[in-house]
Amino acid sequence: MTALSDVSTHAMASARWRVSEVAFWALALACAFLFPSRYLIMTDIVRLGLFALSLDLILGYAGIVSLGHAAFFGVGAYSAGLLALHGIINEPVIALVAAGLVAALLGFLTSFLVIRGVDLTRLMVTLGIALLLEALAERFSNITGGTDGLQGIEMQPILGLFTFDMFGKTGFFYSLIVLFILFLLARRVVHSPFGLSLRAIRNNPLRAAAIGVPVNRRLIAVYTLAAFYAGIAGALFTQTTALASLDVFSFERSADLMLVLVIGGTGYLYGGLIGAVVFKMLQELFQSITPQYWLFWIGLVLVVIVLVGRARIHRWVLFVPNLIIRQFAGRKAAVAVPESDAS
Amino acid sequence: MTIALETRGLEKSFGALRVTRDLSLKVMQGARHALIGPNGAGKTTVINQLTGVLTPNSGRILLEGSDITGLSVHKRVLRGLSRTFQINQLYPDLTPLETIGLAVSERMGRGGDWWRRMGTRSDVNTEIAEILSRFHLLDVMTELTSTLPYGKQRLLEIAVAIAAKPRVLLLDEPAAGVPESERHDILAAVAALPRDVTVLLIEHDMDLVFSFADRISVLVNGGLLTEGAPDEVARDPQVRAVYLGEAADA
Repeated sequence: MTALSDVSTHAMASARWRVSEVAFWALALACAFLFPSRYLIMTDIVRLGLFALSLDLILGYAGIVSLGHAAFFGVGAYSAGLLALHGIINEPVIALVAAGLVAALLGFLTSFLVIRGVDLTRLMVTLGIALLLEALAERFSNITGGTDGLQGIEMQPILGLFTFDMFGKTGFFYSLIVLFILFLLARRVVHSPFGLSLRAIRNNPLRAAAIGVPVNRRLIAVYTLAAFYAGIAGALFTQTTALASLDVFSFERSADLMLVLVIGGTGYLYGGLIGAVVFKMLQELFQSITPQYWLFWIGLVLVVIVLVGRARIHRWVLFVPNLIIRQFAGRKAAVAVPESDAS
Repeated sequence: MTIALETRGLEKSFGALRVTRDLSLKVMQGARHALIGPNGAGKTTVINQLTGVLTPNSGRILLEGSDITGLSVHKRVLRGLSRTFQINQLYPDLTPLETIGLAVSERMGRGGDWWRRMGTRSDVNTEIAEILSRFHLLDVMTELTSTLPYGKQRLLEIAVAIAAKPRVLLLDEPAAGVPESERHDILAAVAALPRDVTVLLIEHDMDLVFSFADRISVLVNGGLLTEGAPDEVARDPQVRAVYLGEAADA
Protein backbone atom coordinates (compact mmCIF):
# COMPACT_ATOMS: atom_id res chain seq x y z
CA MET A 1 0.00 0.00 0.00
CA THR A 2 1.70 3.19 -1.16
CA ALA A 3 -0.36 5.45 1.10
CA LEU A 4 1.06 3.66 4.13
CA SER A 5 4.68 4.00 3.02
CA ASP A 6 4.04 7.66 2.19
CA VAL A 7 2.61 8.22 5.63
CA SER A 8 5.52 6.57 7.43
CA THR A 9 8.09 8.43 5.32
CA HIS A 10 6.51 11.82 5.91
CA ALA A 11 5.76 11.14 9.57
CA MET A 12 9.42 10.49 10.23
CA ALA A 13 10.75 13.22 7.95
CA SER A 14 10.72 16.00 10.52
CA ALA A 15 12.85 14.02 12.96
CA ARG A 16 15.57 13.30 10.43
CA TRP A 17 18.93 15.06 10.90
CA ARG A 18 19.55 17.78 8.37
CA VAL A 19 22.91 18.69 6.90
CA SER A 20 22.62 22.15 8.42
CA GLU A 21 22.18 20.67 11.90
CA VAL A 22 25.32 18.57 11.61
CA ALA A 23 27.13 21.65 10.31
CA PHE A 24 25.91 23.67 13.28
CA TRP A 25 27.35 21.26 15.83
CA ALA A 26 30.56 20.76 13.88
CA LEU A 27 30.98 24.52 13.89
CA ALA A 28 30.33 24.69 17.63
CA LEU A 29 33.03 22.10 18.22
CA ALA A 30 35.38 23.83 15.80
CA CYS A 31 35.05 27.07 17.79
CA ALA A 32 36.68 25.30 20.73
CA PHE A 33 39.83 24.91 18.69
CA LEU A 34 39.62 28.14 16.67
CA PHE A 35 39.38 30.51 19.63
CA PRO A 36 41.41 29.00 22.48
CA SER A 37 41.67 32.38 24.20
CA ARG A 38 37.91 32.89 24.35
CA TYR A 39 36.76 29.97 26.47
CA LEU A 40 35.09 32.12 29.12
CA ILE A 41 32.76 33.98 26.76
CA MET A 42 32.07 30.82 24.80
CA THR A 43 31.13 29.00 28.00
CA ASP A 44 28.86 31.92 28.78
CA ILE A 45 27.19 31.48 25.39
CA VAL A 46 26.76 27.73 25.83
CA ARG A 47 25.14 28.25 29.24
CA LEU A 48 22.82 30.92 27.93
CA GLY A 49 21.98 28.65 25.00
CA LEU A 50 20.99 25.84 27.34
CA PHE A 51 18.94 28.25 29.44
CA ALA A 52 17.19 29.54 26.31
CA LEU A 53 16.59 25.97 25.13
CA SER A 54 14.75 25.45 28.39
CA LEU A 55 12.48 28.45 27.80
CA ASP A 56 11.94 27.37 24.19
CA LEU A 57 10.57 24.03 25.41
CA ILE A 58 7.73 25.73 27.25
CA LEU A 59 7.31 28.85 25.10
CA GLY A 60 7.99 27.55 21.60
CA TYR A 61 6.32 24.18 21.99
CA ALA A 62 3.70 24.48 24.72
CA GLY A 63 3.02 28.22 24.44
CA ILE A 64 3.65 29.01 28.11
CA VAL A 65 5.12 32.50 28.50
CA SER A 66 7.40 33.11 31.46
CA LEU A 67 9.10 36.18 32.84
CA GLY A 68 10.54 34.32 35.79
CA HIS A 69 12.56 31.53 34.30
CA ALA A 70 15.55 32.68 36.35
CA ALA A 71 13.83 31.09 39.36
CA PHE A 72 14.93 27.65 38.20
CA PHE A 73 18.31 28.89 37.00
CA GLY A 74 18.89 30.36 40.45
CA VAL A 75 17.76 27.30 42.34
CA GLY A 76 20.04 25.15 40.18
CA ALA A 77 22.92 27.57 40.74
CA TYR A 78 22.54 27.66 44.53
CA SER A 79 21.95 23.91 44.76
CA ALA A 80 25.17 23.19 42.89
CA GLY A 81 26.99 25.79 44.98
CA LEU A 82 25.77 24.44 48.32
CA LEU A 83 26.42 20.83 47.32
CA ALA A 84 30.03 21.70 46.46
CA LEU A 85 30.61 24.12 49.34
CA HIS A 86 29.52 21.69 52.02
CA GLY A 87 31.08 18.72 50.28
CA ILE A 88 27.73 16.90 50.09
CA ILE A 89 28.27 15.77 46.51
CA ASN A 90 31.78 16.39 45.30
CA GLU A 91 31.62 14.90 41.84
CA PRO A 92 30.43 17.72 39.51
CA VAL A 93 28.34 15.60 37.10
CA ILE A 94 26.32 13.98 39.88
CA ALA A 95 25.94 17.36 41.60
CA LEU A 96 24.80 18.83 38.28
CA VAL A 97 22.03 16.26 37.91
CA ALA A 98 21.06 16.67 41.57
CA ALA A 99 20.80 20.46 41.15
CA GLY A 100 18.70 19.94 38.04
CA LEU A 101 16.36 17.65 39.96
CA VAL A 102 15.93 20.22 42.74
CA ALA A 103 14.94 22.79 40.11
CA ALA A 104 12.63 20.22 38.49
CA LEU A 105 10.90 19.64 41.82
CA LEU A 106 10.31 23.37 42.18
CA GLY A 107 9.07 23.43 38.58
CA PHE A 108 6.64 20.63 39.29
CA LEU A 109 5.26 22.34 42.39
CA THR A 110 4.87 25.75 40.76
CA SER A 111 3.47 24.33 37.51
CA PHE A 112 0.07 24.03 39.15
CA LEU A 113 0.00 27.81 39.58
CA VAL A 114 1.30 28.50 36.09
CA ILE A 115 -0.99 26.27 34.03
CA ARG A 116 -4.03 28.03 35.40
CA GLY A 117 -4.96 31.17 33.56
CA VAL A 118 -3.73 32.63 30.33
CA ASP A 119 -0.72 34.56 29.10
CA LEU A 120 -0.88 37.67 31.26
CA THR A 121 -1.60 35.67 34.41
CA ARG A 122 1.27 33.37 33.60
CA LEU A 123 3.67 36.28 33.08
CA MET A 124 2.75 37.68 36.48
CA VAL A 125 2.82 34.35 38.32
CA THR A 126 6.22 33.35 36.92
CA LEU A 127 7.63 36.81 37.59
CA GLY A 128 6.25 36.68 41.14
CA ILE A 129 7.78 33.30 41.89
CA ALA A 130 11.23 34.48 40.75
CA LEU A 131 11.01 37.65 42.85
CA LEU A 132 9.85 35.59 45.82
CA LEU A 133 12.85 33.29 45.56
CA GLU A 134 15.24 36.21 45.19
CA ALA A 135 13.84 37.74 48.37
CA LEU A 136 14.02 34.42 50.20
CA ALA A 137 17.64 33.95 49.16
CA GLU A 138 18.42 37.39 50.55
CA ARG A 139 16.51 36.76 53.76
CA PHE A 140 18.21 33.44 54.52
CA SER A 141 21.69 34.83 54.13
CA ASN A 142 23.10 32.31 56.62
CA ILE A 143 22.53 29.66 53.94
CA THR A 144 22.94 31.62 50.73
CA GLY A 145 25.55 34.15 51.81
CA GLY A 146 23.05 36.96 51.15
CA THR A 147 24.28 39.78 48.95
CA ASP A 148 27.84 38.46 49.08
CA GLY A 149 26.76 35.20 47.50
CA LEU A 150 28.33 31.82 48.11
CA GLN A 151 32.04 32.17 48.53
CA GLY A 152 34.88 29.74 48.60
CA ILE A 153 33.36 27.13 46.32
CA GLU A 154 36.02 24.71 45.19
CA MET A 155 35.19 22.40 42.36
CA GLN A 156 36.50 18.87 42.31
CA PRO A 157 37.64 17.32 39.01
CA ILE A 158 34.89 16.10 36.68
CA LEU A 159 34.50 12.33 37.04
CA GLY A 160 37.64 12.57 39.15
CA LEU A 161 39.65 13.05 35.97
CA PHE A 162 39.33 16.54 34.50
CA THR A 163 40.33 19.48 36.68
CA PHE A 164 38.72 22.88 36.07
CA ASP A 165 41.53 25.08 34.77
CA MET A 166 41.87 28.85 35.03
CA PHE A 167 41.49 29.38 31.26
CA GLY A 168 38.11 27.71 31.34
CA LYS A 169 38.97 25.04 28.81
CA THR A 170 37.60 22.16 30.89
CA GLY A 171 34.58 24.26 31.79
CA PHE A 172 33.84 24.94 28.15
CA PHE A 173 34.04 21.36 26.96
CA TYR A 174 32.07 20.24 29.99
CA SER A 175 29.32 22.78 29.25
CA LEU A 176 29.29 21.98 25.55
CA ILE A 177 28.93 18.25 26.19
CA VAL A 178 26.13 18.83 28.70
CA LEU A 179 24.37 21.12 26.21
CA PHE A 180 24.71 18.58 23.41
CA ILE A 181 23.35 15.70 25.51
CA LEU A 182 20.41 17.75 26.73
CA PHE A 183 19.81 19.02 23.21
CA LEU A 184 19.62 15.44 21.92
CA LEU A 185 17.12 14.64 24.64
CA ALA A 186 15.03 17.71 23.83
CA ARG A 187 15.14 16.86 20.13
CA ARG A 188 13.90 13.38 20.88
CA VAL A 189 11.12 14.72 23.06
CA VAL A 190 9.80 17.32 20.61
CA HIS A 191 9.59 14.78 17.79
CA SER A 192 7.68 12.30 19.91
CA PRO A 193 3.89 12.03 20.21
CA PHE A 194 4.31 13.91 23.49
CA GLY A 195 6.02 16.78 21.69
CA LEU A 196 3.35 16.79 19.02
CA SER A 197 0.65 17.02 21.66
CA LEU A 198 2.41 20.08 23.12
CA ARG A 199 2.31 21.81 19.74
CA ALA A 200 -1.36 20.91 19.47
CA ILE A 201 -1.99 22.46 22.88
CA ARG A 202 -0.18 25.65 21.87
CA ASN A 203 -2.20 25.80 18.66
CA ASN A 204 -5.60 25.08 20.17
CA PRO A 205 -6.01 23.83 23.75
CA LEU A 206 -9.77 23.41 23.28
CA ARG A 207 -9.35 21.05 20.36
CA ALA A 208 -6.42 19.27 22.01
CA ALA A 209 -8.70 18.28 24.87
CA ALA A 210 -11.42 17.34 22.38
CA ILE A 211 -9.24 14.64 20.82
CA GLY A 212 -8.32 13.18 24.18
CA VAL A 213 -5.13 15.04 25.13
CA PRO A 214 -4.86 15.46 28.92
CA VAL A 215 -3.85 19.11 28.54
CA ASN A 216 -2.94 19.94 32.12
CA ARG A 217 -0.90 16.82 32.67
CA ARG A 218 1.14 17.50 29.53
CA LEU A 219 1.77 21.11 30.54
CA ILE A 220 2.90 20.06 34.02
CA ALA A 221 5.27 17.51 32.49
CA VAL A 222 6.91 19.94 30.07
CA TYR A 223 7.13 22.71 32.68
CA THR A 224 8.92 20.32 35.03
CA LEU A 225 11.27 19.26 32.24
CA ALA A 226 12.04 22.88 31.36
CA ALA A 227 12.74 23.65 35.02
CA PHE A 228 15.21 20.74 35.04
CA TYR A 229 17.00 22.22 32.01
CA ALA A 230 17.11 25.69 33.55
CA GLY A 231 18.41 24.21 36.80
CA ILE A 232 21.20 22.46 34.93
CA ALA A 233 22.08 25.74 33.20
CA GLY A 234 22.24 27.44 36.61
CA ALA A 235 24.33 24.65 38.08
CA LEU A 236 26.74 24.93 35.14
CA PHE A 237 27.02 28.62 35.92
CA THR A 238 28.09 27.93 39.51
CA GLN A 239 30.36 25.07 38.60
CA THR A 240 32.24 26.89 35.85
CA THR A 241 32.54 30.21 37.68
CA ALA A 242 32.73 28.89 41.28
CA LEU A 243 30.24 31.61 42.13
CA ALA A 244 26.59 31.92 43.09
CA SER A 245 25.12 35.28 43.97
CA LEU A 246 21.64 36.77 44.21
CA ASP A 247 21.67 38.00 40.63
CA VAL A 248 21.06 34.43 39.42
CA PHE A 249 17.43 35.11 40.32
CA SER A 250 17.32 38.59 38.81
CA PHE A 251 14.56 39.85 36.58
CA GLU A 252 17.16 40.93 34.01
CA ARG A 253 18.21 37.32 33.61
CA SER A 254 14.65 36.23 32.80
CA ALA A 255 14.13 39.22 30.52
CA ASP A 256 17.42 38.69 28.65
CA LEU A 257 16.28 35.15 28.00
CA MET A 258 13.16 36.44 26.26
CA LEU A 259 15.38 38.67 24.12
CA VAL A 260 17.50 35.67 23.17
CA LEU A 261 14.42 33.85 21.90
CA VAL A 262 13.11 36.95 20.15
CA ILE A 263 16.42 37.12 18.28
CA GLY A 264 16.67 33.40 17.55
CA GLY A 265 13.04 32.43 17.15
CA THR A 266 11.03 29.74 18.93
CA GLY A 267 9.76 26.28 18.23
CA TYR A 268 12.69 24.70 16.36
CA LEU A 269 15.18 24.21 19.24
CA TYR A 270 18.03 26.08 17.54
CA GLY A 271 16.45 29.46 18.20
CA GLY A 272 17.80 29.61 21.74
CA LEU A 273 21.27 28.51 20.68
CA ILE A 274 21.55 30.89 17.71
CA GLY A 275 19.93 33.64 19.75
CA ALA A 276 22.47 33.13 22.55
CA VAL A 277 25.38 33.45 20.13
CA VAL A 278 23.99 36.58 18.50
CA PHE A 279 22.94 38.15 21.80
CA LYS A 280 26.34 37.65 23.45
CA MET A 281 28.24 38.83 20.39
CA LEU A 282 26.09 41.95 20.13
CA GLN A 283 26.61 42.55 23.83
CA GLU A 284 30.39 42.22 23.38
CA LEU A 285 30.41 44.43 20.32
CA PHE A 286 28.25 47.19 21.80
CA GLN A 287 30.06 47.10 25.12
CA SER A 288 33.38 47.64 23.39
CA ILE A 289 32.00 50.54 21.32
CA THR A 290 29.94 52.28 23.98
CA PRO A 291 30.47 50.69 27.40
CA GLN A 292 27.73 52.73 29.03
CA TYR A 293 25.05 52.65 26.41
CA TRP A 294 25.17 49.11 25.08
CA LEU A 295 21.59 48.52 26.21
CA PHE A 296 20.50 51.27 23.84
CA TRP A 297 21.88 49.34 20.89
CA ILE A 298 20.40 46.04 22.05
CA GLY A 299 17.07 47.83 22.27
CA LEU A 300 17.48 49.17 18.77
CA VAL A 301 18.29 45.73 17.39
CA LEU A 302 15.16 44.35 19.04
CA VAL A 303 12.93 47.00 17.54
CA VAL A 304 14.42 46.33 14.10
CA ILE A 305 13.92 42.58 14.45
CA VAL A 306 10.30 42.98 15.40
CA LEU A 307 9.57 45.55 12.68
CA VAL A 308 11.41 43.86 9.82
CA GLY A 309 10.25 40.40 10.85
CA ARG A 310 12.47 37.49 11.68
CA ALA A 311 11.40 35.47 8.66
CA ARG A 312 12.74 38.13 6.33
CA ILE A 313 16.04 38.45 8.23
CA HIS A 314 16.46 34.67 8.15
CA ARG A 315 15.95 34.69 4.40
CA TRP A 316 18.63 37.37 3.96
CA VAL A 317 21.10 35.58 6.20
CA LEU A 318 20.48 32.23 4.54
CA PHE A 319 20.47 33.62 0.99
CA VAL A 320 24.14 32.93 0.26
CA PRO A 321 24.37 29.49 1.91
CA ASN A 322 21.21 28.37 0.13
CA LEU A 323 22.50 29.71 -3.18
CA ILE A 324 25.69 27.69 -2.79
CA ILE A 325 23.80 24.55 -1.85
CA ARG A 326 21.51 24.92 -4.84
CA GLN A 327 24.38 25.52 -7.22
CA PHE A 328 26.60 22.68 -6.15
CA ALA A 329 24.36 20.03 -4.70
CA GLY A 330 21.61 20.62 -7.24
CA ARG A 331 18.86 20.13 -4.73
CA LYS A 332 16.52 22.05 -2.53
CA ALA A 333 17.98 24.33 0.11
CA ALA A 334 18.85 22.38 3.20
CA VAL A 335 19.32 25.25 5.58
CA ALA A 336 16.69 25.14 8.25
CA VAL A 337 14.17 27.91 8.67
CA PRO A 338 11.91 27.55 11.69
CA GLU A 339 8.55 26.11 10.77
CA SER A 340 6.65 28.84 12.51
CA ASP A 341 8.42 31.41 10.36
CA ALA A 342 8.18 29.54 7.11
CA SER A 343 5.10 31.25 5.77
CA MET B 1 -32.34 -1.23 21.38
CA THR B 2 -29.79 0.18 23.78
CA ILE B 3 -29.35 3.83 24.54
CA ALA B 4 -26.01 5.26 23.45
CA LEU B 5 -26.28 8.73 24.90
CA GLU B 6 -28.81 10.08 27.34
CA THR B 7 -29.46 13.25 29.30
CA ARG B 8 -31.76 13.34 32.32
CA GLY B 9 -33.25 16.63 33.47
CA LEU B 10 -30.35 18.72 32.21
CA GLU B 11 -30.40 22.32 33.45
CA LYS B 12 -28.01 25.14 32.66
CA SER B 13 -28.33 28.83 33.48
CA PHE B 14 -26.06 31.76 32.85
CA GLY B 15 -27.13 34.18 35.54
CA ALA B 16 -30.89 34.64 35.20
CA LEU B 17 -30.92 33.17 31.72
CA ARG B 18 -32.03 29.53 31.56
CA VAL B 19 -30.42 28.19 28.41
CA THR B 20 -31.14 24.52 29.00
CA ARG B 21 -34.47 23.62 30.59
CA ASP B 22 -35.10 20.17 31.98
CA LEU B 23 -33.75 18.48 28.88
CA SER B 24 -34.15 14.73 28.72
CA LEU B 25 -32.87 13.26 25.50
CA LYS B 26 -32.28 9.67 24.42
CA VAL B 27 -30.06 8.81 21.47
CA MET B 28 -30.32 5.16 20.44
CA GLN B 29 -27.39 2.97 19.47
CA GLY B 30 -26.55 3.37 15.79
CA ALA B 31 -29.08 6.18 15.35
CA ARG B 32 -28.81 9.11 12.98
CA HIS B 33 -30.33 11.57 15.36
CA ALA B 34 -30.67 15.27 14.59
CA LEU B 35 -31.06 18.08 17.08
CA ILE B 36 -32.61 21.11 15.43
CA GLY B 37 -33.92 24.42 16.62
CA PRO B 38 -33.99 28.10 15.72
CA ASN B 39 -31.05 30.38 16.45
CA GLY B 40 -30.52 30.86 20.16
CA ALA B 41 -32.38 27.68 21.08
CA GLY B 42 -29.36 26.53 23.07
CA LYS B 43 -28.05 23.79 20.78
CA THR B 44 -24.40 24.66 21.25
CA THR B 45 -24.82 24.88 25.01
CA VAL B 46 -26.20 21.34 24.97
CA ILE B 47 -23.19 20.12 22.97
CA ASN B 48 -20.81 21.85 25.34
CA GLN B 49 -22.42 20.11 28.28
CA LEU B 50 -22.37 16.74 26.54
CA THR B 51 -18.64 17.07 25.81
CA GLY B 52 -17.71 18.49 29.20
CA VAL B 53 -16.75 22.03 28.23
CA LEU B 54 -19.62 23.32 30.40
CA THR B 55 -20.88 21.77 33.61
CA PRO B 56 -24.68 21.57 33.95
CA ASN B 57 -26.30 23.12 37.03
CA SER B 58 -28.22 19.93 37.55
CA GLY B 59 -29.16 16.79 35.69
CA ARG B 60 -27.10 13.89 34.46
CA ILE B 61 -25.42 12.75 31.27
CA LEU B 62 -25.03 9.05 30.54
CA LEU B 63 -22.85 7.48 27.90
CA GLU B 64 -23.86 3.87 27.23
CA GLY B 65 -25.48 3.71 30.63
CA SER B 66 -22.61 5.06 32.72
CA ASP B 67 -22.65 8.50 34.27
CA ILE B 68 -20.12 10.86 32.66
CA THR B 69 -21.47 14.13 34.08
CA GLY B 70 -18.34 14.76 36.14
CA LEU B 71 -15.72 13.61 33.65
CA SER B 72 -13.25 16.01 32.02
CA VAL B 73 -13.27 16.69 28.27
CA HIS B 74 -10.41 14.38 27.34
CA LYS B 75 -11.69 11.49 29.48
CA ARG B 76 -15.04 11.57 27.67
CA VAL B 77 -13.19 11.32 24.38
CA LEU B 78 -11.35 8.24 25.60
CA ARG B 79 -14.71 6.77 26.65
CA GLY B 80 -15.91 7.06 23.06
CA LEU B 81 -17.65 10.44 22.80
CA SER B 82 -16.17 12.66 20.12
CA ARG B 83 -17.25 15.84 18.42
CA THR B 84 -16.68 18.22 15.54
CA PHE B 85 -16.94 21.98 15.84
CA GLN B 86 -19.24 24.36 14.01
CA ILE B 87 -16.32 26.72 13.44
CA ASN B 88 -13.18 24.75 12.61
CA GLN B 89 -11.08 24.07 15.67
CA LEU B 90 -7.87 22.79 14.14
CA TYR B 91 -4.15 23.25 14.60
CA PRO B 92 -3.06 25.91 12.07
CA ASP B 93 0.68 25.08 12.42
CA LEU B 94 0.27 21.32 12.16
CA THR B 95 -0.19 19.27 9.01
CA PRO B 96 -3.15 16.89 8.51
CA LEU B 97 -0.66 14.06 8.94
CA GLU B 98 0.41 15.34 12.35
CA THR B 99 -3.14 16.18 13.39
CA ILE B 100 -4.48 12.71 12.62
CA GLY B 101 -1.28 11.10 13.95
CA LEU B 102 -1.77 12.80 17.27
CA ALA B 103 -5.43 11.81 17.53
CA VAL B 104 -4.62 8.18 16.74
CA SER B 105 -1.69 8.15 19.20
CA GLU B 106 -3.84 9.59 21.97
CA ARG B 107 -6.57 7.06 21.40
CA MET B 108 -4.08 4.21 21.64
CA GLY B 109 -2.83 5.68 24.91
CA ARG B 110 0.49 6.47 23.23
CA GLY B 111 0.21 10.27 23.28
CA GLY B 112 2.40 10.61 26.34
CA ASP B 113 5.29 8.66 24.83
CA TRP B 114 8.18 11.08 24.89
CA TRP B 115 10.96 8.76 23.87
CA ARG B 116 9.58 7.22 20.69
CA ARG B 117 9.67 9.28 17.50
CA MET B 118 6.50 9.88 15.48
CA GLY B 119 6.07 7.56 12.52
CA THR B 120 7.85 4.56 14.02
CA ARG B 121 4.77 2.57 15.02
CA SER B 122 3.31 0.72 12.07
CA ASP B 123 -0.12 0.24 13.69
CA VAL B 124 -0.44 4.02 14.11
CA ASN B 125 0.78 4.66 10.55
CA THR B 126 -1.66 2.15 9.08
CA GLU B 127 -4.55 3.86 10.74
CA ILE B 128 -3.38 7.36 9.75
CA ALA B 129 -3.11 6.23 6.12
CA GLU B 130 -6.57 4.69 6.25
CA ILE B 131 -8.21 7.82 7.66
CA LEU B 132 -6.34 10.24 5.38
CA SER B 133 -7.35 8.29 2.31
CA ARG B 134 -10.96 7.88 3.45
CA PHE B 135 -11.27 11.66 3.84
CA HIS B 136 -9.33 12.51 0.65
CA LEU B 137 -6.53 14.19 2.56
CA LEU B 138 -3.56 12.12 1.39
CA ASP B 139 -2.48 14.61 -1.26
CA VAL B 140 -2.35 17.50 1.21
CA MET B 141 -1.10 15.62 4.26
CA THR B 142 2.20 17.51 4.54
CA GLU B 143 0.75 20.98 4.05
CA LEU B 144 0.05 23.26 6.97
CA THR B 145 -3.60 23.14 8.00
CA SER B 146 -3.84 26.94 7.85
CA THR B 147 -3.07 26.85 4.10
CA LEU B 148 -5.71 24.26 3.18
CA PRO B 149 -8.90 25.23 1.33
CA TYR B 150 -11.89 25.55 3.61
CA GLY B 151 -13.56 22.38 2.37
CA LYS B 152 -10.44 20.34 3.12
CA GLN B 153 -10.24 21.86 6.59
CA ARG B 154 -13.86 20.89 7.12
CA LEU B 155 -13.05 17.29 6.09
CA LEU B 156 -10.09 17.32 8.45
CA GLU B 157 -12.38 18.52 11.21
CA ILE B 158 -14.53 15.40 10.77
CA ALA B 159 -11.50 13.15 10.20
CA VAL B 160 -9.92 14.16 13.54
CA ALA B 161 -13.13 13.34 15.36
CA ILE B 162 -13.29 9.95 13.60
CA ALA B 163 -9.62 9.24 14.39
CA ALA B 164 -10.62 9.10 18.05
CA LYS B 165 -12.76 6.06 17.07
CA PRO B 166 -15.90 7.35 18.76
CA ARG B 167 -18.93 5.18 19.41
CA VAL B 168 -20.96 8.37 19.66
CA LEU B 169 -20.15 11.29 17.37
CA LEU B 170 -21.53 14.79 17.78
CA LEU B 171 -21.54 16.68 14.48
CA ASP B 172 -21.98 20.40 15.00
CA GLU B 173 -23.15 21.88 11.68
CA PRO B 174 -20.70 19.94 9.51
CA ALA B 175 -21.57 21.79 6.31
CA ALA B 176 -21.57 25.30 7.77
CA GLY B 177 -19.79 27.83 5.60
CA VAL B 178 -18.64 25.33 3.00
CA PRO B 179 -18.84 26.70 -0.55
CA GLU B 180 -21.29 24.92 -2.85
CA SER B 181 -18.48 23.39 -4.94
CA GLU B 182 -16.94 21.61 -1.97
CA ARG B 183 -20.20 20.73 -0.27
CA HIS B 184 -20.61 17.38 -1.94
CA ASP B 185 -17.43 15.96 -0.37
CA ILE B 186 -18.60 16.89 3.10
CA LEU B 187 -22.06 15.39 2.65
CA ALA B 188 -20.54 12.24 1.20
CA ALA B 189 -18.18 11.97 4.16
CA VAL B 190 -21.05 12.39 6.60
CA ALA B 191 -23.18 9.84 4.75
CA ALA B 192 -20.29 7.37 4.71
CA LEU B 193 -19.78 7.40 8.47
CA PRO B 194 -19.68 3.82 9.76
CA ARG B 195 -23.15 2.52 10.76
CA ASP B 196 -21.98 1.33 14.18
CA VAL B 197 -21.14 4.91 15.14
CA THR B 198 -24.08 6.69 16.72
CA VAL B 199 -24.42 10.20 15.33
CA LEU B 200 -26.05 13.21 16.90
CA LEU B 201 -26.26 15.93 14.26
CA ILE B 202 -26.77 19.55 15.19
CA GLU B 203 -27.82 21.32 12.04
CA HIS B 204 -29.48 24.33 10.51
CA ASP B 205 -29.64 23.00 7.01
CA MET B 206 -33.04 21.28 6.63
CA ASP B 207 -32.08 19.43 3.43
CA LEU B 208 -29.22 17.77 5.25
CA VAL B 209 -31.31 16.98 8.30
CA PHE B 210 -34.16 15.36 6.40
CA SER B 211 -31.89 13.39 4.09
CA PHE B 212 -29.69 12.13 6.91
CA ALA B 213 -31.65 11.76 10.14
CA ASP B 214 -33.89 8.90 11.17
CA ARG B 215 -34.98 10.73 14.30
CA ILE B 216 -35.31 14.43 15.07
CA SER B 217 -35.51 16.36 18.33
CA VAL B 218 -36.61 19.97 18.24
CA LEU B 219 -35.14 22.34 20.78
CA VAL B 220 -36.85 25.65 21.51
CA ASN B 221 -35.76 28.07 24.23
CA GLY B 222 -33.58 25.44 25.83
CA GLY B 223 -36.33 22.86 26.23
CA LEU B 224 -37.49 19.94 24.12
CA LEU B 225 -40.50 20.92 21.99
CA THR B 226 -41.10 17.61 20.29
CA GLU B 227 -39.35 14.52 19.06
CA GLY B 228 -40.04 11.85 16.47
CA ALA B 229 -39.41 10.44 13.04
CA PRO B 230 -38.66 13.03 10.31
CA ASP B 231 -42.12 12.91 8.70
CA GLU B 232 -43.90 13.27 12.07
CA VAL B 233 -41.76 16.25 12.97
CA ALA B 234 -42.32 17.79 9.55
CA ARG B 235 -46.08 17.50 10.03
CA ASP B 236 -46.10 18.81 13.59
CA PRO B 237 -47.95 22.16 13.57
CA GLN B 238 -45.95 23.49 16.54
CA VAL B 239 -42.69 22.80 14.78
CA ARG B 240 -43.94 24.39 11.58
CA ALA B 241 -44.90 27.45 13.56
CA VAL B 242 -41.62 28.01 15.39
CA TYR B 243 -39.13 26.60 13.00
CA LEU B 244 -40.00 25.22 9.64
CA GLY B 245 -42.27 28.17 8.96
CA GLU B 246 -39.28 30.47 9.16
CA ALA B 247 -37.22 28.17 6.99
CA ALA B 248 -39.95 27.96 4.35
CA ASP B 249 -40.24 31.72 4.24
CA ALA B 250 -36.52 32.22 3.91
